[in-house]
Amino acid sequence: MTSGRIKVGSVLRARSQVVLTHEGGLHARPAIKLTQLAKRFDSAVWIALAERGPWIDAKSIARVMAMKTPHMATLYFAAEGEDADEATSALARLVESDFADGGDEGG
Amino acid sequence: MAATREGDTAAVVCLRGIPVSPGLARGRLVVLADERRLPSRVRGSAGEESSRMRAAIAAASAELAALMERAGDGEAQAILAFQVAMLADPVVSERAFAAIEAGDAAEHAWRTAMDLQISGYHEADDLYFRARASDLRDMRDRVLRKLGGATAPAIPPGSIVVAADLPPSRFLEIAWEGGGLALTQGSPNSHVAMLARSRGVPMLIGIEQADLRGHTEALIDTDNAVLVVSPDGELAVDFASRQQRAEIARAEAQRYVNAPAMTASGERVQLLINVADGSELEGLDPAGCDGIGLVRSELALRDAADLADEAKQYAAYRRILQWANGLPVTMRTFDAGGDKPIAGYTVDGEANPFLGTRGVRLSLLHPEVLSTQLRALARAAALGPLKIMVPMVTSPRELDRVRVLLEGAVAGLRKEGLEHAVPELGMMVEVPAAALAIDLFDADFLSIGSNDLIQYLTAASRDSSALALLQDPLQPAVLRLIHQVVEHAHAHSIPVSLCGDMASDVRCIPALLDMGLRSLSVAPAALARVKSAIARYRAARPNGEQIA
Repeated sequence: MTSGRIKVGSVLRARSQVVLTHEGGLHARPAIKLTQLAKRFDSAVWIALAERGPWIDAKSIARVMAMKTPHMATLYFAAEGEDADEATSALARLVESDFADGGDEGG
Repeated sequence: MAATREGDTAAVVCLRGIPVSPGLARGRLVVLADERRLPSRVRGSAGEESSRMRAAIAAASAELAALMERAGDGEAQAILAFQVAMLADPVVSERAFAAIEAGDAAEHAWRTAMDLQISGYHEADDLYFRARASDLRDMRDRVLRKLGGATAPAIPPGSIVVAADLPPSRFLEIAWEGGGLALTQGSPNSHVAMLARSRGVPMLIGIEQADLRGHTEALIDTDNAVLVVSPDGELAVDFASRQQRAEIARAEAQRYVNAPAMTASGERVQLLINVADGSELEGLDPAGCDGIGLVRSELALRDAADLADEAKQYAAYRRILQWANGLPVTMRTFDAGGDKPIAGYTVDGEANPFLGTRGVRLSLLHPEVLSTQLRALARAAALGPLKIMVPMVTSPRELDRVRVLLEGAVAGLRKEGLEHAVPELGMMVEVPAAALAIDLFDADFLSIGSNDLIQYLTAASRDSSALALLQDPLQPAVLRLIHQVVEHAHAHSIPVSLCGDMASDVRCIPALLDMGLRSLSVAPAALARVKSAIARYRAARPNGEQIA
């Protein structure tokens, strides 16, 4: 997993990327965990399968599932807002931990 | 075509299907019609239609949430959670609300919007995503029922349900005890099939279409892949006795699920599992076994590019070690070739691939690929007791060369300061030449691969059913050769195990234990019945008298 952040004017932007090791791909169960976690942040959060997008709203289960992400794909996260940095690193950690955490607490 | 037989009342109808959840069930026949009809009504204003739409979505969500609570198990809850999450996502319904604004009725707007999303899943290449179309249809229909104020018809407990498809949420509303399910459509990867398996409901998919009006009783027999409607006396009697025997065997095996494997005389047997990749471990409790005796690492490879990707391999191995949580894990190096080709890696056009460049022969042809895997394995070994096993070893030199590469990989990791451990290096004993000269090999442990060993020993191809008799695992030649390997291992204190199908075959368990084998690796599904076979075993010949 790698991450970084930049500041454009007063807006915080952050990015991270991680390999999806979850068997079978981004299935319903991990996709629900991922969107639930994304929704906890105030920042706008996006997900993509390539560094240059297209960027998908990471808070929408319908959009995330429609990506049909296969096993071992590289996921890119981007966020914009006050907690952008926390959002992108939390999402990458969730994927890296194979969706072990963030599930039970996800409301 | 459906085979029918004339009788006094309703004639017997046998419909063939594909079993996706095993078992025998008999009960009242319930044929579900497609729920397509919607009561007609006068369309309201856009505002009225919008609020009806919102109310129906809320009511469907509430119903699903209640069902989730009742379902109790994690699998069912996860399936329903997907629908609840989708209903809560404004993206799912935004197109329907837009159509309502443009003058559409709520029912039509919802159906059109959902069908568009469903077709997106239908077109997926991946079977898992394609199967989600059925979850979305389930969700679509529940909301449509709410819009029409309809309730689904009640189904009596223990019924044999026949339908085109059955949505997972409907499956969970039915009291199945003793009943079964037969679908004319369906997929083995669908959520309803997963639920049927996890709840032990016998299920067939793809059954032939037939007019079943006038029939009241049916049985599902997955041993024979058939749905029998209006079974006659003889059929019913045979079925009842098989059902009784199956029930006794199942109850017997179930007693052993979480118990350690132990013989009748109280001797402990190490019972490991064979897995392809981490996905099989989901829902499996490590407490039910003593570790993993075989990871078929090549099955996690998608293409030749994965062979060079140390990070991906490491991540896959780490996941398996995390599951094992301290229990031993034996990883086999890539066993490609034979019946497992990988484009750009395996040798094309061999006249006889099973006798060709496969297993370690192929690995040694591409030492850079093997070195990458050995690095990933040595790194994963830092996380738990990992052992490396080499497939298809024929000559001692092959194992020596792998050891040199392993030492090189470890030296590299040490130099780079990457966390690692030095794993034990053992071999599969599956080539008769290696089995016969086993004393010449410098292996830290041995694992007998009975499938290939039998095929090569008897010169009878594994995939030929015509040669099944020649492949009998209990024939003297096979038993003598295995016995010889086990004796050598015991004499030199080398750990020895057996990981072929023979270990999952309860008929073979007494012979294997007689030879002194005390470590077996089996398919996860076979754990309970193998433990039950081990528990029935009492050493008849205490001094390991000559067998066969």
